[in-house]
Amino acid sequence: MEAINYLNPTAQMILFSALKIGVVFGVVMTAVAYAVLVERKVSAWIQNRVGPNRTSPFFIDYLPVIGPFLVKLGIFQPAADGLKFLLKEDFTPNYVRKVYFWLAPAITVIPALLTVAVIPFGSNLGSEKMVIADLNVGILYTFGIVSLGVYGIVLAGYGSNSKYPFLGSIRSTAQMISYEIAMGMSVIPIFILTESLNLSDIIRYQAEHGWMILKQPLAFVIFLIASFAETNRLPFDLPESESELVGGYHTEYSSMKFALFFLGEYANMIASAAMMVTLFLGGWTMPFIDALNLPASSLLLGFVHIGVFFAKMAFFMIVFIWVRWMLPRFRYDQLMDLGWRRFIPLALANIVVTALVVALFNN
Amino acid sequence: MSAPAAPSSTLAPVPAPAVPPVETMTVIVNGKTVQVPKTMPDWQGKPAPTTMLQAAKIAGVDIPHYCYHDKLPIAGNCRMCLVEFGTPMMGPDRKPVLNEDGTPKISRSVLPYEPGTSRGAIACATPISPGMEIYANSKATEQMRESVLESLLINHPLDCTICDQAGECKLQEYSVQHGKADSQFVETKVHKPKAVDLGPRIVLDDERCILCTRCIRFTRDIAGDDALGIVNRGSYNTISAFEPGKFDNNYTLNTVDLCPVGALTSKDFRFKMRVWFLKETKSLCTSCGTGCNITTGSREGVIHRYEPRENDAVNGPWMCDSGRLNYRWVGRADRLKQVLRTAADGTRQPVSWNAAIESAALILTQAPQGSVAFVVSARQTNEELFLLKKLATHTGALTDSVAREGEPDRLLVSEDRNPNSNGVRLIGMAFTEFGFNLTKIAEGIAQGRIKTLVVFGEDVTRVGIGPELLAKLDALIVSDILPNATTAAATLLLPGAAHAEKRGTFVNVKGRLQKFQKAVEAPGEARPEWEFLRELVHSLTGHNGYRTIEGLFNQMATEVPAFAGLEWAQVGDTGVTVQI
Amino acid sequence: MSTKVVDRPPLTFYERTYLPAILGGLKVTAKHFADTVFKGNSVTMQYPEERWVVPEGYRGAPYLVKDQDGATKCVSCQLCEFVCPPKAIRITTPGADGLTADRKNAEKMPKEFEINMLRCIFCGMCQEVCPEEAIFLQKDYSITGENRESMIFNKEKLLKLGGTHAGVQKWKNKLEEAQAQETFPVDAQ
Repeated sequence: MEAINYLNPTAQMILFSALKIGVVFGVVMTAVAYAVLVERKVSAWIQNRVGPNRTSPFFIDYLPVIGPFLVKLGIFQPAADGLKFLLKEDFTPNYVRKVYFWLAPAITVIPALLTVAVIPFGSNLGSEKMVIADLNVGILYTFGIVSLGVYGIVLAGYGSNSKYPFLGSIRSTAQMISYEIAMGMSVIPIFILTESLNLSDIIRYQAEHGWMILKQPLAFVIFLIASFAETNRLPFDLPESESELVGGYHTEYSSMKFALFFLGEYANMIASAAMMVTLFLGGWTMPFIDALNLPASSLLLGFVHIGVFFAKMAFFMIVFIWVRWMLPRFRYDQLMDLGWRRFIPLALANIVVTALVVALFNN
Repeated sequence: MSAPAAPSSTLAPVPAPAVPPVETMTVIVNGKTVQVPKTMPDWQGKPAPTTMLQAAKIAGVDIPHYCYHDKLPIAGNCRMCLVEFGTPMMGPDRKPVLNEDGTPKISRSVLPYEPGTSRGAIACATPISPGMEIYANSKATEQMRESVLESLLINHPLDCTICDQAGECKLQEYSVQHGKADSQFVETKVHKPKAVDLGPRIVLDDERCILCTRCIRFTRDIAGDDALGIVNRGSYNTISAFEPGKFDNNYTLNTVDLCPVGALTSKDFRFKMRVWFLKETKSLCTSCGTGCNITTGSREGVIHRYEPRENDAVNGPWMCDSGRLNYRWVGRADRLKQVLRTAADGTRQPVSWNAAIESAALILTQAPQGSVAFVVSARQTNEELFLLKKLATHTGALTDSVAREGEPDRLLVSEDRNPNSNGVRLIGMAFTEFGFNLTKIAEGIAQGRIKTLVVFGEDVTRVGIGPELLAKLDALIVSDILPNATTAAATLLLPGAAHAEKRGTFVNVKGRLQKFQKAVEAPGEARPEWEFLRELVHSLTGHNGYRTIEGLFNQMATEVPAFAGLEWAQVGDTGVTVQI
Repeated sequence: MSTKVVDRPPLTFYERTYLPAILGGLKVTAKHFADTVFKGNSVTMQYPEERWVVPEGYRGAPYLVKDQDGATKCVSCQLCEFVCPPKAIRITTPGADGLTADRKNAEKMPKEFEINMLRCIFCGMCQEVCPEEAIFLQKDYSITGENRESMIFNKEKLLKLGGTHAGVQKWKNKLEEAQAQETFPVDAQ
């Protein structure tokens, strides 16, 4: 361990960044897998079912009480699902546009993962900040990356060369572009208040002045609803509405390529949840407890901060899942109406009001 | 060979003897006035007074009956055809009594001692009288039928589930149409012998018998073998053979057709297939020159039975047992199913039809004039013989056919056991006497003049062209259905189709041209001969070919004088007579 | 015009905020969630371990039955084969000199009786048409096999699965009736 201290700063940065990337990637992937499980379990419970409760690896027999309980919770289901995706025949229909067909899943999943890079998911462990890239323009980077996700869906619809995926991708494109505007505008008041685009600064501001959700409730509501639309979740799941479009833009996909779309969708959910935690719920901070509100002074506190961040994120994930069973799907015109004629004016008004308040009272 | 007749005379049927103008009378059936002849032919064809049943039939009304059969003497014992009727009332002055509107007054037949109750008459045996009214579906008639059916069913076992007649049983049909659901009889049914061995081909179930005596009358009056009778009395009446188990003349199976119920059943068809599964195809019997019209009953490519099909010009409603049971060879396991060709190294190898037709065409094209001989069978259809004749003419070949003869009988079986001897003669593949050219062909092969022999459907080793002669040939083209010594020696073997597997026409011993239809598919690669012969003729002569059997027949009719003017569509189900 | 235009009731501002719908949804889902997690009110049946109670009159797989004496009831009348809409039933008939029936006076029984369970649509026509009460749709609903051949059940298997059903016993009654008429004149000869 001592050897690290002898490395020059650049090498240290590369080493730690690689380490953080590896860990974050692993954690996000696991989180995606278990988000699927939680989704299935919660859905089942809401519908008076039991959900996955069968997958049991061979060693479970050696764990007397806890083993069967884990099986009943479906803890091993994600592993089985993953294995299945890997082992299934990778089938490409022969009428598709092959290049785009193969490209689309990758283009979908990569932006979703890249978003995570600027999220501060903890204060620090030792002297290392718990963010992969502490960019000064973090939020701009995020919106830039997120807007790339739509290309994957467009290409999937175009490349599949088939009706349903095409319709799904058209809907999806329109929807994502519409709500991106509202989403982007909803966060501008935050920057007016914090006077920074750096996400770590925003967290620090919230630790000092209280959570942004209290100061900008309207911005939070718009951001929350827009992120449902951005992640194609109910009640905005028109792009993949099973009852109308079979499966939407990924109808023609199977096996690992389908798994990538699936993964992308859940990674997007996680990224959105992380963004909301960072922007509105104070990130890794906890009010009224000074030790948790300030950057960690010990390794243990560092881990607690990470835990707090994940707990808040888990809350949003549950909200995503729960809302799915609360509301029916919007009609397409209602969706557009809500985006363009409600949220954009509201977000604009919010910006103006916030700016006025800041201009009038801060000086 | 008879001189070709003028084309015009072949079209017209054999002129019927001049019929004297028929005297008619008027009767009213179910309120419909019809003119019916005073006399009609009876079962022997002699004029007899027209009966109510015949008059009703002319009026388009079917009166149910069991014992009556138009080709059997009338017995009048089943009582099923009872109908209510009325006759014009006569006054004391022997003048018809008229109603107020001027129509003759009809007196309905009633019981003499019970004038309120209708008195029926059996329609099959009651002659009509002028002005008679027949009430074939009046309430009284329906009641009579119901009662008769109930009586017939007193002792009937009602075991349709195990009865082969089920599905073509008059008792079932009339019970549905006129029967009652319940019987008033509470007495125990009389049980009679079941599965009685009446003869080598007939099983009798006495319980099912309704004692109509059709079988007795047939075997006595038509087959001339008085072998059956009724024994015992009352409820115990049973049909019985004079010598038990010896009801064995060659027409016994006709009694199975005649039996309106399931009492007489065929041992051959017993428990084999339910009749409602059978696809019925109009066909011809090929066992002798008579050419009895038959219906082939097949299911899923398997023939289950032959039944006679009525054609008064040929066989009436009958056929012989030997012909009827001669169908199993069609489905034999050793049928020829592969096109085989002898390769250069002497082994026989399967080849495709195209390759076989090509090599046959090559052999026949390269053969010098006069070096080819044809032996064809009188079991081939006219269309096939016609195509073979074209090949023979093209190659300048000697042709002949093989005669088959057997003992004739006085009813149907002909001395000539080939179904199409007259076709062979009319198309010119052989002289009137078959076998004239066979010796010449044998000589020719022995002397080396004939190097190519084409054999269709015959085993030439049996008629003087033995294996040692066949070995001298350059090429032996054989088409057959079943394997024999000739097919074993063939250098090119073309599997053909049985008559049930193709369409075509035969000319019977009396000059009746009749067509038959396809019932089942040929096994393996076997094809109807006319199909590949057509291709062969096309390869050889360049003629455009005849794609359908209809086209082929119509073409043949323009080239063969005896068939001149005929068309396939014109040859109905019962055939036409041609000049032989 | 048969179309009737129904006026949409105007929504209040509160309703137009979607809040009542969201709260309603939350209430319903939360109730079900709590029911399942805390009270264990789950509708799921743990299938291979827990089995469904098959109701009377259920139309499961058709099997052949034997009579009270263990004799095959089917007499090979082929009505089921004829009526079967998907042609799942195939009977090989005994023929005149085929096998002897289990019940002497029933005269015949099928040489082979096959039901292709892959083709069978469990419509019950065979049971309805059977004049011998020999085939019944029983309670089996889960029929599996490793290949197509194993899904064609033959006579032996169908009889084994079908069990016994006495029914009206008409052939037995007939036989007893016939045996009682010992003085039948034809036999006395």
